[in-house]
Amino acid sequence: MANDYPQGVDMAAAIAAGFILDRRKAVPKMIGRHEDFLFVTGLAGTARDIAALTRDGAHIYTMAGAMGGACMIGLGLALARPDKRVLVATGDGELLMNLGALATIAVLNPANLAILCVDNGHYGETGYQKSHTSLGVDLEKIAAGSGIKRARTIASETELAEGSRMLREGNGTAFVVLKVKPDDPPPFKRNMDPASCRTRFRGALLGTG
Amino acid sequence: MPDDDGSAARWQDELYDLLRRHNVTQFAYVPDAGHRILIDRSLADPGAQSVALTTEEEGVALLAGADLGGARGVLLMQSSGTGNCINMLSLIKGGHFPFLTLVSMRGDFGEGNPWQYPMGQAVEPVLQAMGVICLRIERPEDVVPTVGAALTMVFQGGRAVAVLLTQNLLGAKSF
Repeated sequence: MANDYPQGVDMAAAIAAGFILDRRKAVPKMIGRHEDFLFVTGLAGTARDIAALTRDGAHIYTMAGAMGGACMIGLGLALARPDKRVLVATGDGELLMNLGALATIAVLNPANLAILCVDNGHYGETGYQKSHTSLGVDLEKIAAGSGIKRARTIASETELAEGSRMLREGNGTAFVVLKVKPDDPPPFKRNMDPASCRTRFRGALLGTG
Repeated sequence: MPDDDGSAARWQDELYDLLRRHNVTQFAYVPDAGHRILIDRSLADPGAQSVALTTEEEGVALLAGADLGGARGVLLMQSSGTGNCINMLSLIKGGHFPFLTLVSMRGDFGEGNPWQYPMGQAVEPVLQAMGVICLRIERPEDVVPTVGAALTMVFQGGRAVAVLLTQNLLGAKSF
């Protein structure tokens, strides 16, 4: 019998480990009205999640390289624009590449910044090899240990509303891990040119290139 | 010639004022003796945001985010930190982001610590390979004019520029 999930994934093991939610449904539910945020995304999966949700809107900056930079781009943007809510949506692999950023962000703790880590426990883009979060690493605890006071893992339908609130409210930076099945993100084709995306983003936000 | 503390304080204070006059508000750094006054001034300045990094590549990404939001920043680091930035500079080069860094050099003129040489000597070739223009400063009187030129190149010209504060300027370390 053919599986309808990516080749090489041990889906039964992933589900047993709590990676249950469908990212294509859970990510839009968590975010709600996307126009309320400026987005910075990681590579691959989360870039496609957010590009599909916004139809590759001018209020998103998606990455396809420079792995490990998403949270810090978000911090620079949040500090520059305290009048806007900034949401970094990134994957477990991208986040793991620069965990120190969580310490840097915790120290400043901007209230207009939230980080949504869409954690499927795998490196989806390179063939669904297991990431550290499938092997015992707990990103919520790392964030909390880094000093981020509002850190939480969301792994079931019933918790989505609470996660959604955290992304939108609060007096300090929020860090939400959304555990999802290791399954493909929406097949959305986005603009992959980092320079034209910069011009597009700044044009919409600042009225300038 | 190595500076005495008084003249180092003078050019660093002038440098801070120059950066602030050009609306630089985000000061990102990994602590370093060569940037001590700039870091302390940014911490004391209510109009600036002082961002202590765990590794220098964080600063590269931070400054790209600042630019997306219409703000200007500078990355203060030691020469060893440039090596930590290299892949993140893909973001700067590919995205045509303005990028300004001030690099306090080690592993160069008069260096006594052998560990500092490999990265110190590689700073210019690796930064240039990633599209960053390098400007070297040897004398205190050149600091303000050179950083002034760099500010124009970065925030009007849209370039990536590293200003290298050499050990002629800062004083060589024998340890």
